[in-house]
Order: sequence, then C-alpha cells, then structure tokens
Amino acid sequence: MRTEDLITALAADTSSTRTGQDRAWTLAILGSVVLAGLVFFATIGPRADLMAAVQTLRFDFKFVLTLSLALSGFMVLRAAAVPGARVPLRALLIAPVLGFAAVGTELMALPAGVWAMAAVGKNMLVCLTFIPLISLAPVLVLTLALRNGAPTRPALSGALVGLTAGAIGATFYAAHCTDDSPLFVMVWYPIAIALVTAMGAALGRLFVRW
Amino acid sequence: MTPAKDKELSDLMRAVLAGDESGYARLLGDIARLIRPIARRKIGSGAGLDPEDIVQETLLAVHLKRHTWRPEEPIGPWIYAIARYKIIDAYRRRGHRVELDIAAFADTLAGEEKQTVLARDVQRALDCLSDGQRQVVSAIGVEGASIEETAKRLGMKETAVRVALHRGLAAIAAKFGKTD
Repeated sequence: MRTEDLITALAADTSSTRTGQDRAWTLAILGSVVLAGLVFFATIGPRADLMAAVQTLRFDFKFVLTLSLALSGFMVLRAAAVPGARVPLRALLIAPVLGFAAVGTELMALPAGVWAMAAVGKNMLVCLTFIPLISLAPVLVLTLALRNGAPTRPALSGALVGLTAGAIGATFYAAHCTDDSPLFVMVWYPIAIALVTAMGAALGRLFVRW
Repeated sequence: MTPAKDKELSDLMRAVLAGDESGYARLLGDIARLIRPIARRKIGSGAGLDPEDIVQETLLAVHLKRHTWRPEEPIGPWIYAIARYKIIDAYRRRGHRVELDIAAFADTLAGEEKQTVLARDVQRALDCLSDGQRQVVSAIGVEGASIEETAKRLGMKETAVRVALHRGLAAIAAKFGKTD
C-alpha cells in the first residue's frame, strides 16, 4: 500500500470520535474510587473508632500521605499518556518527603524503646493483603484509560498506573488500619504500593502498546 | 520544524478535531514529508526495516491517537515523539534495542525526497484483515473511492462502510503493537 493511499484512507475515516483524554481520565478516576470503595466496604470497612481517630494527628496524616501520592501520581500519569509532553516525575517526591519528615518527627516524639513496636504494628499482613486487593480494580480501570492515551513509555506509564491505584487503595485502607504511626506507615504501605506498582508496570508492558 | 510550520499544522489539526476534516489529507501528507527524512536517517540499510513503514505506522498512530494532542501545545513535539516511539517499536519488534535522542528530531527540515519503495508492513497487515474490511480499505485508499461509492459497490450501508474502514485501520495499527 502506498503512503498516499493510506493517507486517503485515513482522511476518509472521519467517523471515529474517540473519547477525549479529559473525559477518559475523569471517568477512570471516578470509577477507580467507586470500585475501590465497594471492595473496601464489602471486606474490611472503616475501623470502629473512626470518629475518635479523626481527632488524632497521626490518623489524619496518613491521608495527607496517601492522597498526595494519589494526586501527584495521577498528574504524572496523565502527562505520560501524551506523546512529547514533559513528565514531571519529581512531583512524585512530595509524598516520600512528607513521609520521611513525619518519620523524623515520630522518632523524636517516641522513646527509642518503642520504635520497633510502632514500626512492626499489628496489621502488617492485613496491610500487605488489602492494599493490593483494594487497588486491583483501580489498576485495571486506569490501565484501560491509559490504552486510550498514547504513552511512549508503556512500562513506566503502567508503573504510574500502579502507583496511583496503590495510593487510592492505601487511602481506603488507612481508614481501616489502627497502626497510625508514621513508622508503620512508611514501612508497610510502600511495600504494598510497590507490589501494585510492579503489577501496573507489567500490565503496561503487555497491554499498552499502540 | 519552524514555528510557522508548527502553527500551520496545529491550525489544521485544531480544525480536524473541531470536525472540519477538509485539510486532513494535507496535514497527513505534511507529516509524512516531515517524518520520511528522519526515518531514512534512523533506519540504515541492513536493519531489515523499510523507512516507509515507519512513515506509515506514524501516520496511523497520529490518526488513531489524534485526540491525545493538547490543542494549546505546539504539535511538533507531539508528532516527533510518536515517530520516535514508532522507530523504537519497529526495532523492538525485530528484536533490536535502540536508543534515540529526541534532540535528533527537533531540527529536521521536511525533505523533498520522493518515496521510492512501497512499504511492506502495512500491506502485510492489510492482507490479514477480514475480506470486508480489506475491500473497504482498498476501495477507499488504493482506488480513491468515496464512502458513498464504496457503499454502493459493495452493497453495504454507508455507516457499515465507515465502521469497516475505522476497524480495518485500527486493526492494521494494532498489528504493530504486538510483540511478534
């Protein structure tokens, strides 16, 4: 087929109206949150003393971390789906920097004897199980939206899907977990989110070629 | 790409995205002329690759992914990033790895070189389509028939011709994303 023939065929293909990027990502993020919420409330649900917990700084700060990671991940993901766009990877440092600052503060606030206990907590297996489980639907939905885009680095973009989905899962999970110390949060949440990130990268490599 | 050329192509694409497709063939032709010299330079002989394949795969991608261009941004970087992705992808499909510096794309002027070889990849992909899709894509692309003429000739509804054309082109493009 000659290139001119291909151009003629392409120019005739005017009926194809693809979902715009803004709309696709909005639907994907809404779908992700709704599906993650359904899985969360159908399984572990929020902790019993939620009303008292929201009065405490440590509990609330978990959401500062997970939401800043989710928002920055989503922003970087959207850029990664556009060919030639600058991908502001450095924005991903916001949550880790906040997290390490909180760890430093916590180490000063707690006596050294209880550091290990705070970091190990009581919920690490629940954390490592349910953050990936709640994140599963968001990974799939966001991967679909990524396929609608045009990421020139499929594995990296898939990893960003996983990171964003993992942060959404972690946000819900944080409402369940009673281990509020930054020492716990900065050990087990990153491991759980890393699992989801690896899954997203694999899905991106396999299914987001275009 | 000069700023003036970028503006010209951006204006054409904005019109296309707004529903005025009258300048679309001209836009795609200009993009082909921009990409061809880059593809020739990046794909030496012996790579088992035909530069014209890159041109065609880039055009298909530009077409199917045109909704990802942000109308407030210049279109040049978007086009070059797609071409670069398609060159890397073509090597990947043949089991090579290649690193391309995006800077190599930025200052390329559209060459006046003529197309000499027929691209093979798109032809092979076309051969893999269902009979109906292939007939529609060939009638419109190769023979230059309109949607209406194709519908009449093949005894199909016009909407069915449009769907077959779009699915056929999408299927051709999808063949290149596969690791084969």
